[in-house]
Amino acid sequence: MGMKGEYYPGKLIGKVLKIFCISNFVSDMVSFHRLLVVYPWTQRFFDSFGNLSSPSAILGNPKVKAHGKKVLTSFGEAIKNMDNLKTAFAKLSELHCDKLHVDPENFKLLGNVLVCVLAHNFGKEFTPQVQAAYQKVVAGVANALAHKYH
Amino acid sequence: MQRGAPWWPRDPWPVRAGAAGTQGAAGSSAGMALSAEDRALVRALWKKLGGNVGVYTTEALERTFLAFPATKTYFSHLDLSPGSAQVRAHGQKVADALSLAVERLDDLPRALSALSHLHACQLRVDPASFPLLGHCLLVTLARHYPGDFSPALQASLDKFLSHVISALASEYR
Repeated sequence: MGMKGEYYPGKLIGKVLKIFCISNFVSDMVSFHRLLVVYPWTQRFFDSFGNLSSPSAILGNPKVKAHGKKVLTSFGEAIKNMDNLKTAFAKLSELHCDKLHVDPENFKLLGNVLVCVLAHNFGKEFTPQVQAAYQKVVAGVANALAHKYH
Repeated sequence: MQRGAPWWPRDPWPVRAGAAGTQGAAGSSAGMALSAEDRALVRALWKKLGGNVGVYTTEALERTFLAFPATKTYFSHLDLSPGSAQVRAHGQKVADALSLAVERLDDLPRALSALSHLHACQLRVDPASFPLLGHCLLVTLARHYPGDFSPALQASLDKFLSHVISALASEYR
């Protein structure tokens, strides 16, 4: 999938960047936490995180928060590298395949949860047009992360 | 990489399911049945939506067409421009079907059987499209009801929609 300028309407990239920079500190914990609540099987990768037995346990778990921050920082990098996602995520892709053994389907789940969280936090600003731009970003990231799988 | 049966228990929330006695998937074609808590949350939200369900399903349709343009291929006979009365009319049909589903949570496959038959045999919509609309409905509700869109509600709504989708796809083959 090409990530050229015409794929993302130019003025929406600015809007997406602005929303993302503001949202970073809000959504980093929240998206990841929601992923583990809404799709509980995603907890399979986080045995070492301690108590994940309920939504409130997940919300209060410091390891979840820390990992959420890591994941969403990567998303932030994606926004800056939209023309070159596969290269930008090559090392992370290898890591997720060879060491972490994560089914790439999970990347799509997190992407969609992130979109829901943005809608939740930004309401009126998260227009259908902005959502459409964001769906391309999360799909691009999911594809890039799956690209080195073998 | 390990293969074989998934490691996670059939019921991902063993404590909750054990307490509520909702073990098993009786009556559901989509795996784990909707718990009492799921039903309560979905019904409460639907009560709050009142007569406005059609407004939100219409917005969900608009979002789906924009975010997932391939879905427009099924609507070449409609005017899909912003504010289209035809999209609004279709949104109301979707709303009516979902409201029926909320009323008949115990019997979704039968409640939606005619609709499934329609989509499978007449409209022949690829069932992979249904989760796209489901996702955009979640996004729409998150945008309009931020105070209600807790992780628990999101989980219950997502489960409800996946049951509806499963019932809708049940007559395909």
